[in-house]
Amino acid sequence: VRIVVLGGGPAGLYFSLLAKKAQPAHRITVVERNPSDATYGWGVVFSEEALGALRDADRETFDEITDTFAKWTAIDVRYRGDKVRSRGHAFSAISRKRLLSILQGRCAELGVELSFEREVADLTKLGQADLVVGADGVNSLVRRTSEDVFKPSLDSHRTKFAWFGADLVFNAFTFIFRETEHGLFQVHGYPVDGSTSTFIVECAEPVWRRAGLDRATEQESLAFCQKLFASDLQGHSLLSNRSIWMSFITLRCETWHHGNTVLLGDAAHTAHFTIGSGTKLAMEDAISLAEALERKAGDLEAALTDYEMERQPLVERFQQAALESAAYFEGVSRYASFDPVQFAFNLLTRSGRITHLELQRRDPDFVGRVDGWFSARARDGGSGDGAQWLVAPPPMFAPFEMKGVTAPNRVVLSPPGEDEAVDGVPGSGNADQLAEAVRAGAGVVLTELVAVSPDGRITPGSAGLWREEHGQAWAGILEQVRTVGQAILALQLGHAGRRGSTRPRRQGIDRPLREEGWPLMSASAIPYAPTGRVPKEMDRADMDHVKERFVRSARMAALAGFDLLELNFAHGYLPASFISPLSNRRTDAFGGGLDNRMRFPLEILDAVRAIWPEDRPLAVSLSVSDWVRGGLELDEGVSAARLVKDRGCDLVQVQGGQSTLGASPVYGRMFLATSSDRVRNEAGVPTLVGGNVTTRDEINTLLAAGRADLCVLSVLDRPAGP
Amino acid sequence: MVVIGPLRPAAVLAKQAASIDAISGGRLVLGLSIGARHDDYQTLEIDHRARGSVLTEHLVAIREHWEDGKLGPRTIRAAGPVVLVGGSSGEAFARMARYGDGYVHGGGPPRAFAGAAARARAAWVDAGRPGRPQLWGQGYFALGEGAAVPGAAFLRDYYAFTGPFAEKIAASNLTNPRAVVDFVRGYEEAGCDELVLFPTVAAVDELDLLADVLA
Repeated sequence: VRIVVLGGGPAGLYFSLLAKKAQPAHRITVVERNPSDATYGWGVVFSEEALGALRDADRETFDEITDTFAKWTAIDVRYRGDKVRSRGHAFSAISRKRLLSILQGRCAELGVELSFEREVADLTKLGQADLVVGADGVNSLVRRTSEDVFKPSLDSHRTKFAWFGADLVFNAFTFIFRETEHGLFQVHGYPVDGSTSTFIVECAEPVWRRAGLDRATEQESLAFCQKLFASDLQGHSLLSNRSIWMSFITLRCETWHHGNTVLLGDAAHTAHFTIGSGTKLAMEDAISLAEALERKAGDLEAALTDYEMERQPLVERFQQAALESAAYFEGVSRYASFDPVQFAFNLLTRSGRITHLELQRRDPDFVGRVDGWFSARARDGGSGDGAQWLVAPPPMFAPFEMKGVTAPNRVVLSPPGEDEAVDGVPGSGNADQLAEAVRAGAGVVLTELVAVSPDGRITPGSAGLWREEHGQAWAGILEQVRTVGQAILALQLGHAGRRGSTRPRRQGIDRPLREEGWPLMSASAIPYAPTGRVPKEMDRADMDHVKERFVRSARMAALAGFDLLELNFAHGYLPASFISPLSNRRTDAFGGGLDNRMRFPLEILDAVRAIWPEDRPLAVSLSVSDWVRGGLELDEGVSAARLVKDRGCDLVQVQGGQSTLGASPVYGRMFLATSSDRVRNEAGVPTLVGGNVTTRDEINTLLAAGRADLCVLSVLDRPAGP
Repeated sequence: MVVIGPLRPAAVLAKQAASIDAISGGRLVLGLSIGARHDDYQTLEIDHRARGSVLTEHLVAIREHWEDGKLGPRTIRAAGPVVLVGGSSGEAFARMARYGDGYVHGGGPPRAFAGAAARARAAWVDAGRPGRPQLWGQGYFALGEGAAVPGAAFLRDYYAFTGPFAEKIAASNLTNPRAVVDFVRGYEEAGCDELVLFPTVAAVDELDLLADVLA
């Protein structure tokens, strides 16, 4: 078989030597446009997991590579003059130059033909080949030649980075954060051999411009960074190797093979450098492709399909983690007020691959310190480093104090209700569900949406709080539930607005009632569902009436004994219909910009705040994004959170979507975590977040990383009846 | 296994389903999705871009017809047959949680099903829907002597409209007992309630072979 490999980087060379070793009869040529010793950048890093596969694939190169490895186990986070060290992470790195020379040597030994300084501009000029391997990097000619088949997407990231070297040897993977008059700069550094380290400098694009680096030469940039990080370099120097400022590009392809061509490594996919996996992924691709050719010898299409099916899902997972990691560094300035120990924990858990539990395994002392710090802070607001807390519970079991009320732990359960209320009177179903949630150990138990008026109900069976009788029923339920255990009992108060008057939810939600329904109102006269009733556009009198209803119900809630009141400004219900531009088309003072759209919800908040007991917390459930084009975006949602915080809201439950039927949420793990992170750390208000949070480890990780203060555990109901 | 909802008027679909429900004694489970073929929509001159919102309207209307009971025979359950909704976008999962009784997956390895099942559960909880979604999966097999090649050819042909993806579907055909057992176990672990396996060659003994493997 005649194989031509375009590109002499780690992917191309490693594939060639593996394929040649498996089948010495293959004729393999590697075509590279640069000289054999030219390379960009400094070192490449491998984690422990990556090495096993290399050992099994080719012992000779594995031994050579690992012989020259720089190895270390610590990650240092240098931030605000502090250094936080976390151990137990097995890393190794090698200089790119050394790696290439090992692979070239092995290729030559096995009889792979290496052709350097040969520029190829047209694939048809390559000559006859049974297989063409595109290992020619992110600008791959092979990919560009058949773009309509590979269907690549290229996304440029918003930070700038320069890949320097340094003539000092770090003894840990080192992250350095340095605040300047232009903004925040960060360094990703690690050793590559006995005398040098990789030293990548990164900053946000505006920071880079303000610092004048957009106009700086390579030498000027180097001098700037050298001066900025002089104290970390301790008299050592930065080194340049074509170290110019770049924006990282994340590349994805729908397909990786086409006819007799196949893409490998960076030609097929890239993953942001902040998780340092590009070379690892490329070499794993090479192993997989070489094995598939062996396994499916004689059937090229089957082999290439096998390769793609094996690698694509794995690579996609890495790319997802890399995107999370990149997003962390893009927004890292929002954590500027974190204590160093929390800052470090947040950094280590940024990509979702390392969690509280995984860190516990790698470095129990570090996690002990994090848990201790968290507990100390939760109990007395202490800002010590937690060293005094030898025996600290994990973050989910730390108490949470709001106003005079203390939740015994950070886990919230919120049963969905059963639509069994008669005329708004909560029934035994509500009592049972809430009692069960307390018995399950929740620190906070939150009711379903309870209506402020008959027309504010979702279905005829929704529970309400608008008559004395309702208040008494809730008081009875609370009394009963408090005998079961300790938990903060929270009422979620709302008005369904245009999502009201629907059939019972067991057979589906948002299914309009026909004759037996009731008139609806909303910010504008737009129905929620296409076949639904058209709501009345609210006038001033309607608004006053609804506001007064919220106040009345809140008074009853206080009297009934609820510890915490949450106003629902989310999910397309009445107050939320004002906030989303998709449901609010008003031209008066309540429509238009965000301040106008927030006006009525804030009126409700002000009125309720005025009568809700001072010593009990008031929360708002807020949709911070509509997840649909033209709808509320997260930036505006964060501003909305700032507005409710300024009006005395003590806690924001972060929600998203359901403003319209067209919303397209990404229901991944912890899909509201990013929103909660931004609300908490940009608007500066404690947050409660759910959204597919299903494990204790996820809760501990979110809390310790400072991405939320309370978490709703997602639990499904018992199996539905017949 | 799954009906492409937008291709039929809601009333027709409701009446047909109610009829099958009646003659089968309530054994019908109706899967509805938007399908993956452009040409189906073209042939029937139905707006492909509106397929999502049309399916949404259908899901509401069909259940209303059943509950009202004026069109076709009364369904065995008052609420009508169990309705499964498919699709892989966020919008599709939200639609499923809003109107379906459960989720039907389009096929793939157990890992893909597990991911979709997690999203289905997440959408369900997010919607504040009581109960839990039924989770259905599907797979292809060819266990007979010499059945692997024609089985793969059938899948390649049937899925030709997906372009290069057809190769991946053909390659995932379950062609030996080990593969079937691993597949079933993987689906079970991912919380699949019902798994439908389709033979990819037209031979009755495929069913016996499958029964033997799963015995």
